[in-house]
Amino acid sequence: MSKDVVSPPLGRGTRNAWKRKFLERAIAILLFLSSFLSILITAGIVAVLLFEAITFFVDVSFLEFITGTRWTPLFSSKQFGVLALVAGTTLTAVLAMVVALPLGLLSAIYLSEYSPDGVRRLVKPILEVLAGIPTVVYGYFALLFVTPILRGISGDIAVFNALSASIVMGIMILPMVSSLSEDAMRAVPRNLREAAYALGSTKLEVSTLVVVPAALSGIMSAFILAVSRAIGETMIVTIAAGQNPSFTLNPFVPIETMTAYIVQVSQGDAPAGSIEFKTIFAVALLLFAITLIMNLLSQYVVSRFREEYE
Amino acid sequence: MLDQDFILQTRGLSVYYDSKIAVTDVNLNVARNRITSIIGPSGCGKSTLLRCFNRMNDLIPSARVEGQVLFDGLDLYGPDVDPTEIRYEIGMVFQRPNPFPKSIYDNVAFGPRINGFKGDMDEVVERSLVRAALWDEVKDRLKASALSLSGGQQQRLCIARALAVEPRVILMDEPCSALDPFATLAIEELMRELSEDYSIIIVTHNMQQAARVSHYTAFLMLEETRVGFLVEFGESRKIFTNPEDERTEAYITGRFG
Amino acid sequence: MAVIPRTEFQRRRNRRKWLGRAFHGMCLLSVAIALGMLAVLLIYLLIQGATGINWSFLTSFASRHPDQAGIKAAILGSIYVVLVAGVVSFTLGVATALYLEEYAARSRFAKIAKINIANLAGVPSIVYGILGLQIFVHNLHLGKSVLAGGFTLALLVLPIVIVAAGEAVRAVPPSFREGSYALGATRWQVIWHIVFPLAFPGILTGVILAVSRAIGETAPLIAMGALTFVPFSPDSPLSRFTVLPIQIFNWTSRPQEGFQEAAAAGIIVLLVILLIMNAGAVILRNHFQNKWEG
Repeated sequence: MSKDVVSPPLGRGTRNAWKRKFLERAIAILLFLSSFLSILITAGIVAVLLFEAITFFVDVSFLEFITGTRWTPLFSSKQFGVLALVAGTTLTAVLAMVVALPLGLLSAIYLSEYSPDGVRRLVKPILEVLAGIPTVVYGYFALLFVTPILRGISGDIAVFNALSASIVMGIMILPMVSSLSEDAMRAVPRNLREAAYALGSTKLEVSTLVVVPAALSGIMSAFILAVSRAIGETMIVTIAAGQNPSFTLNPFVPIETMTAYIVQVSQGDAPAGSIEFKTIFAVALLLFAITLIMNLLSQYVVSRFREEYE
Repeated sequence: MLDQDFILQTRGLSVYYDSKIAVTDVNLNVARNRITSIIGPSGCGKSTLLRCFNRMNDLIPSARVEGQVLFDGLDLYGPDVDPTEIRYEIGMVFQRPNPFPKSIYDNVAFGPRINGFKGDMDEVVERSLVRAALWDEVKDRLKASALSLSGGQQQRLCIARALAVEPRVILMDEPCSALDPFATLAIEELMRELSEDYSIIIVTHNMQQAARVSHYTAFLMLEETRVGFLVEFGESRKIFTNPEDERTEAYITGRFG
Repeated sequence: MAVIPRTEFQRRRNRRKWLGRAFHGMCLLSVAIALGMLAVLLIYLLIQGATGINWSFLTSFASRHPDQAGIKAAILGSIYVVLVAGVVSFTLGVATALYLEEYAARSRFAKIAKINIANLAGVPSIVYGILGLQIFVHNLHLGKSVLAGGFTLALLVLPIVIVAAGEAVRAVPPSFREGSYALGATRWQVIWHIVFPLAFPGILTGVILAVSRAIGETAPLIAMGALTFVPFSPDSPLSRFTVLPIQIFNWTSRPQEGFQEAAAAGIIVLLVILLIMNAGAVILRNHFQNKWEG
């Protein structure tokens, strides 16, 4: 062990003691400042988004923004109905969940209730690889692999469409649903399963009537997090779903999500201070608010789950 | 006794976890409408033996059962036997109360429901709760969460839940070990009443309990070379007053002081 | 069997058995679909991109001609940006985790900070890009530079590092701390000599995972204003840059097939880098885990 750990004999080294005390204090303050930074980041996000968004709402009516269905800030006749973007985001997120939710939940049930331990230990990390692949890779896959297949099935599907992006996004968030749900299911005490088996239940009945209901809060929270992730996802929809804000729920036509719009403006050179530039802050503020609410909701659901069990 | 008087019989029953043996060559006859207790030191394979009677050991991937368990003459481990059907006729109550996180009513109704019962569910729930001596305490709050009950009440609810499917045998795995003495007495009283209609096998580490409630007692032991073998089996009165085997006597007297 | 007539029970039992098998099949099918998609994705990328990977691809700059295009600038940009992000997030993440676990554990501040960090982890990455654009590019006048990009990604992955470091620090048995406090060590001495060295492998694993997240990020850097076409090597922390994912994005969105093949080749390079980093993290974790247990 190093020599600084041994304290000096009593009554000696008062200068050292003072120096040491000062150092301790300074380090504590530095560490505190660092941890305070995380709160500062949140404050920074809110401040940056609010500041520019407010100047945006000086020029554009908030009511038009929140109720309008046409979004054309980059055209000469500008309209600022964000619902066109919200519709695109909702459509892709919902379709992605249609893919991710059943596949993820059934995979979780398989891993937690059916698979031998060895299989689970092998399959779970491989599934999680899906979540680790960069989203730009999924975008490439959606546009160049999935879309041509879909267009082969139906001629009504455009090159850029919400469906292809959503299917691929669903695959991407599947491990989020399956891993978190599986964790929740495995946390269900073994003796509840035994009670159900002892009454003559089949594995299906144990899984669906006992394990899933008991893990429901954890599963719900996984779903909410996955939806939040789908809403914030950017590159897949930017690449494969188009850049055509439209207030539609038709998955075959090009649309634009909130996130894709931000990328679109960022790629062009909208001068700082222009109304086009400010729109991304208003859109980002809305995006931030929606995902924040969902994350808080998910945490609330999980915290209720804990109370029920301990 | 004649063979017909035995509801469950084991023939050369051994249980292995992977290659480790947990129950060794047990031959046991369980009498109909009587209480049979299985006693022995911890780790002697009492619970493992009990779990052979409703094939709960099937749920442990590493477990392997050899020998026969005859249920009214039918081999439970025979090729055509479905474990879910066995468990429907041989109910189980566990060491710690394990009600589902559902209402009291739904806990009792669970078994009949999954098995396709279409009659008057309210009546089944009431009858089961009455027989488990819980009805008066919960009749006004059947919709309340089962987790709101006390430990002793939860265990009686678990008994009611097992009774609701009308099993012929009830297995009890140290049903009172998580309960206070007062709740323990209530459960013991209940067991005596239930033994008129059901055959009960109880695993217990509490020898006073075995002596108090059971008609027959099996003593299981483990030694350095052997695990989970049957030392002595007979009427409880005899086992606890005048055992034949000196190991039984040593165990009983050691525990009694 | 008084409750249910025998025949009815038998009939139902057969149905339940059949349903159970069907359900088992569906669960298995779901896992198979997920794993199958992963396999299809990887095989498709290999077929599309493998031919495009050669020395000149790795060492050339971006070009208007697909067959001359390379990823040199993108690779260098990715390395520089991720180095900055790694160093910054490591420093801030470890300091924060140490404060929250060792100094302020169970305080109100730590509770709020932890909720805040959990929420930061859920903020869409593109929002970090906008934050970086305003704070680093505009307010701090760093320009759309390597430094600004690295800082932006550092903030993005900071929650991952804090959580991993926190777990690593918590895993150090309290008896070790008590042992050295009993010898008269100060709090910082205990942290520096006991806690930090023991937690270091766990922290490092977390940082590698965070950095591998950062290296795949596209959206925040586009929002921050990283370039999409860079025919030069970034030569200073303030020089403009692009990164591998942005280069891939750029090529993907072009109609010429040659560029799409270049994109697939770029993806393979990116995935290989990620694979190496993740394998490193796993090896590191196993190595130190064994050491602890043995």
